[in-house]
Amino acid sequence: MAKTSSQPDAAAQGNQEGRQSPRPVDHVGRALSLAVILFVTWLLLSGHYQAFVVTLGVLSCLAIVFITVRMDVLDHEAFPIHLTWSAVPYWIWLFKEIWIAAVDVTKVILSPRLPISPRMLQVTSTQKSELGQVIYANSITLTPGTFTIRVFDGQLLVHALTQEAADGVLTGEMDRRVTKVEGPA
Amino acid sequence: MMDWAVDIVGWAFILIGCFFAIVGALGLLRLPDVYTRVHSAGVVDTVAAAFMLIGFSFYAGFSLVTVKLLLILAFIFFTSPTATNALANAMYSQGIKPALVDEEESPSKP
Repeated sequence: MAKTSSQPDAAAQGNQEGRQSPRPVDHVGRALSLAVILFVTWLLLSGHYQAFVVTLGVLSCLAIVFITVRMDVLDHEAFPIHLTWSAVPYWIWLFKEIWIAAVDVTKVILSPRLPISPRMLQVTSTQKSELGQVIYANSITLTPGTFTIRVFDGQLLVHALTQEAADGVLTGEMDRRVTKVEGPA
Repeated sequence: MMDWAVDIVGWAFILIGCFFAIVGALGLLRLPDVYTRVHSAGVVDTVAAAFMLIGFSFYAGFSLVTVKLLLILAFIFFTSPTATNALANAMYSQGIKPALVDEEESPSKP
C-alpha cells in the first residue's frame, strides 16, 4: 500500500500485479459471487420459475462465469464487489448532491437573465486506482452544472456552468468521499 | 382508495420528471455553446429520468417490473456520464473552445 502511493503510476502497477499473481482464494470468491449475482439478476428479470427454464438460466450463468474467468477479466475493475458496502452511503449522498445541483441549474435556465459564468478548472483527484478516478470523474459529470472533460495524471479537467458549481467541486468534498469509498486498495 | 393514492403519487413523480425534461430542453435552446448545453442535458438524464422511472414503478405497482425499472435507472446512472465524457473529450480534442467568462483562467491544453 505504501509502495503504490509513492509511485506515480500506481493504478497501472497495481493492475499488473493483480494479473501476474492472482490470489486463488480471491479468484474463487469473485467467481462465486459473480455467479450468485448473475443468477439473482436472472431470476428477477425472467419471472419464469419452471424447472426447465431455471435450469437453462443456471447453465447460462455458469457459462458466463466460465467465459469471464477464461478471458481473465474477473478483476477489481470489471467486477468491483469490494466496493459494494462502502458505495451505498456514497450513492445516497450523491443523489442528494445531484438533486441540489439540478435545482440550481434549473433556476439558472429558467431565470430570464440567464446568469451563467462558464469556466474550466483543473482539480486534483486523490484516488489511488484508475477505478477510483473513474468514479470521481463520473460523479462530477452526473452532478448537473459540472462535467469532466478529461482525466490525465491524477488531474481532472472540469467544465462548470456557474461560479457556485465550480466552487462546489473545488471544496473537494466529493473527492474525499470517493477516496473513502475506494478504501485502502 | 389505496390504488388511488399510489396512482396520484406515481403521477406526481412523472409530472415532476416531465418538468425537468422540459427545463433541460429549454436549456438546450437558451444556452450559448455546446459545453454549456451539456449541462442542461445533464439535468434530463439524471433528475428527469430518475423521477419518471420512479413514477412508472409506482404506477406499475410493486412487482418484477419495479425491479426492471430500477435496473434501467441504475444503468442510466452508469452509462450517461460515460457518454457525456466521450462527447466532451471528443469536442475538446477537436479544438472546440468553450465560451468562458475569463479566458486567461482556463488551463492550457495538456
